[in-house]
Amino acid sequence: MNQLIEFRLDGVVCMGQKGQYIVDAASDNNIYIPTLCNIPGIKPRGACRICSVRVNGKLMTACTTPVSEGMDIESKSADIEDLRKAIIELLFTEGNHFCPACERSGNCELQALAYRYQMLVPRFKFQFSKRTVEASHPKLIKDHDRCILCKRCIRAIKDEKGRSIFAFGKRGHQVEINIDTKLSKNMTDEQALEAAEICPVGAILKKEQGFKDPIGQRKYDNEPIGSDIENLALQ
Amino acid sequence: MDKTVDVIIKKFNADKTRLMDILIDTQDEFGFIHESAADQISNTLDISRVDLEQTISFYHFFSTKPRGKYTVYINNSVVAHMAGRKDVVKAFEIEAGCKIGQVSHDGLIGLFNTSCIGMSDQEPSAIINGVVFTRLTRFRVKEIVKNIRAGIKVEDMFQASYGDGNNSLEIIKAVVNNHIMKKGPVLSLDYTFGNAILKIIKQNPKDVIEEVKLSNIRGRGGAGFPTGLKWDFCRQSIGERRYIFCNADEGEPGTFKDRVIMTERPRLLFEGMVVAAYAVGASEGILYLRYEYKYLHKYLDSILEEMRHMHFLGKNIGGKKGFDFDVRIQLGAGAYVCGEESALIESAEGKRGEPRDRPPFPVEKGYLGQPTIVNNVETLCAVVKVVLNGGDWYKSFGTSVSTGTKLLSVSGDCRYPGVYEVEWGFSVDDILEMIGAEQVQAIQVGGPSGTCIGPNEFDRILGYEDLATGGSMIVINNKRDILKDIVLNFTEFFIEESCGSCTPCRTLPILMKDKLIKIIEGKGVMQDLMDIERWSGIMKANRCGLGHTALNPILSTLKNFRHLYLDKIQKGVEFDTGFRLEEATKIGRLVTNRN
Repeated sequence: MNQLIEFRLDGVVCMGQKGQYIVDAASDNNIYIPTLCNIPGIKPRGACRICSVRVNGKLMTACTTPVSEGMDIESKSADIEDLRKAIIELLFTEGNHFCPACERSGNCELQALAYRYQMLVPRFKFQFSKRTVEASHPKLIKDHDRCILCKRCIRAIKDEKGRSIFAFGKRGHQVEINIDTKLSKNMTDEQALEAAEICPVGAILKKEQGFKDPIGQRKYDNEPIGSDIENLALQ
Repeated sequence: MDKTVDVIIKKFNADKTRLMDILIDTQDEFGFIHESAADQISNTLDISRVDLEQTISFYHFFSTKPRGKYTVYINNSVVAHMAGRKDVVKAFEIEAGCKIGQVSHDGLIGLFNTSCIGMSDQEPSAIINGVVFTRLTRFRVKEIVKNIRAGIKVEDMFQASYGDGNNSLEIIKAVVNNHIMKKGPVLSLDYTFGNAILKIIKQNPKDVIEEVKLSNIRGRGGAGFPTGLKWDFCRQSIGERRYIFCNADEGEPGTFKDRVIMTERPRLLFEGMVVAAYAVGASEGILYLRYEYKYLHKYLDSILEEMRHMHFLGKNIGGKKGFDFDVRIQLGAGAYVCGEESALIESAEGKRGEPRDRPPFPVEKGYLGQPTIVNNVETLCAVVKVVLNGGDWYKSFGTSVSTGTKLLSVSGDCRYPGVYEVEWGFSVDDILEMIGAEQVQAIQVGGPSGTCIGPNEFDRILGYEDLATGGSMIVINNKRDILKDIVLNFTEFFIEESCGSCTPCRTLPILMKDKLIKIIEGKGVMQDLMDIERWSGIMKANRCGLGHTALNPILSTLKNFRHLYLDKIQKGVEFDTGFRLEEATKIGRLVTNRN
């Protein structure tokens, strides 16, 4: 059933399966393309745009575009890498990210990407957006300051009837992620934990649980983001 | 449980994909979507409240709070400003006793801004409870508010005659004017309704597509994709059903030609949809009508009904066995981005109008996951003429690259605003002469997402090979301050209309607006211009056309009117944060009396 195809990624000849998303095909070839909004196994949305690559001369998101035979993909060009860094900086300046005080520090994908791209001072001015912390839900805390609006929670967390517990509100720069008051009451502990873990940043936290792993022993403390994929190439 | 809400939900079979219709009827019935109605809708449709709210809060014309017994939406487009919107807003605020964005204390009048409502040839304009008012003056505002206080219905507020042509029909009764200034092959009255349908049903659908391909016609909405090719892709896609969408969501500021077509040539448009349906093998059609044109809804429905009686819609169209096709009208609810074809489909499915990731393209997986074509109003009209007279005939108009004609929506500083049908290849100079425009400083071709050109480029021609356009032409005379009056308004428009999904489109235009204001206020430095140019490339990473073009107002003027920016920035200053201690602490010092 699976049809093998050949494509080129930054000049390297790679093999992939027909219909496979570029980001997954790259990973299978031990090449890391950074992502934020993507969650393996769930329909991608292409919201953050960090995985942008150039396909046949056009910018496309690697998480939503399937590979095809003979595709020529550019990912590590200087301009694309700078574009990714710019997007990370835009996210940092859009919200209010105080890493040292954040429960997710060390487990945060945005922070890990900022290290990977060696962000020191963002080129954009901080927007100091007025955002709130919502603690009215029995099992969850929603810290809007840290939310990067990637829609992971919207796409991944549903109730038993398939209804959305999380959803967008408003539009444009006013967009925010809201939690359904009624449905969140019935969330199980496992579901609440899943929601917190699916969040790439510290915007969704499970109540009554914090600093489970000490700083220094967290996911990206010793293993920079993407290195799990890239190290395979070195072996 | 509210019985009225229940009736509305049942009218649409409690179908989630008809959520837009349910919300529109609820909003129209109560003036807003109240808490218990929202609960009822979410319970009956079995969607969570937060899911329902994400659709409600996306659209400009939906509200969960009362917006006044009379809700006044005042057009906030550049052209409205040119025509004296400021005075009109002031008059409304004084008469209503509340500021824009608010509802008066007695709950009678709500005043709100809204993006271009497609009346640029008769500004300033407003929509009050769904009824369009054009050419507003301070005096007229006083009359309107007086009528409101007297409890008169908006429909009965007209004192003068109705607009020209079909605008005065009993079923429309609008003060809107058509202003058809120049007819060509598409608008020509030399046309017998139904002849194209009767002709094609004798042909093989593939031959119909071939004829359209031969004509070289490209989409008239602005993107310019070859129509015949789109149809061919759709025909070849595998699906259970196929859909024809007509995109009547013209939201590009300065555009209004589709409004005029739908008022004066609706049969031609619907015949185009039937032709497309036959060609690609579609069974259902949807006209996505922007909420601003709701006043045409009943009229367009009546034309569809007439077509059903004439056997031009329904089963066995024109007597052709097995050719079944019908059209319904889907109203939007105020979102520019829904003019993007995949966002339009999402909206028609009852969701937020966020553009989809492509591939797959709508021709493969569109409405409800089925092969779908989305064509502009003008394209579908032109196709009827192509089918009737042949692709070669159509190619005799325009240039070799851009065949046929284009309907232009002309507005701004000129004597004769209105709709002009011209052949592609017309030069800007000729257009300016035709429309009576003098002392022109600039012309905005294709609306805010297009390009702003100055007199040194007026010899350029309209066409895909030079100045491609969806038809909006806004004339700007030399009394206007381009940066302050035009570019800032356009940039704010894109900020307001972004769906918010892609990071760059959600964040960068705000930063650019800040830079622009900094420059306008004389605090800018050369570095700001360089930042704008360097950062603009990030917008290419956005998903859709809105995201790709949202900085065009700044970029095209920075290129074509660079001197305006250079005049404004500080000379000999390399760095300036734009921060002024004096200004920032002014109010505090005043309050504490520490001047």
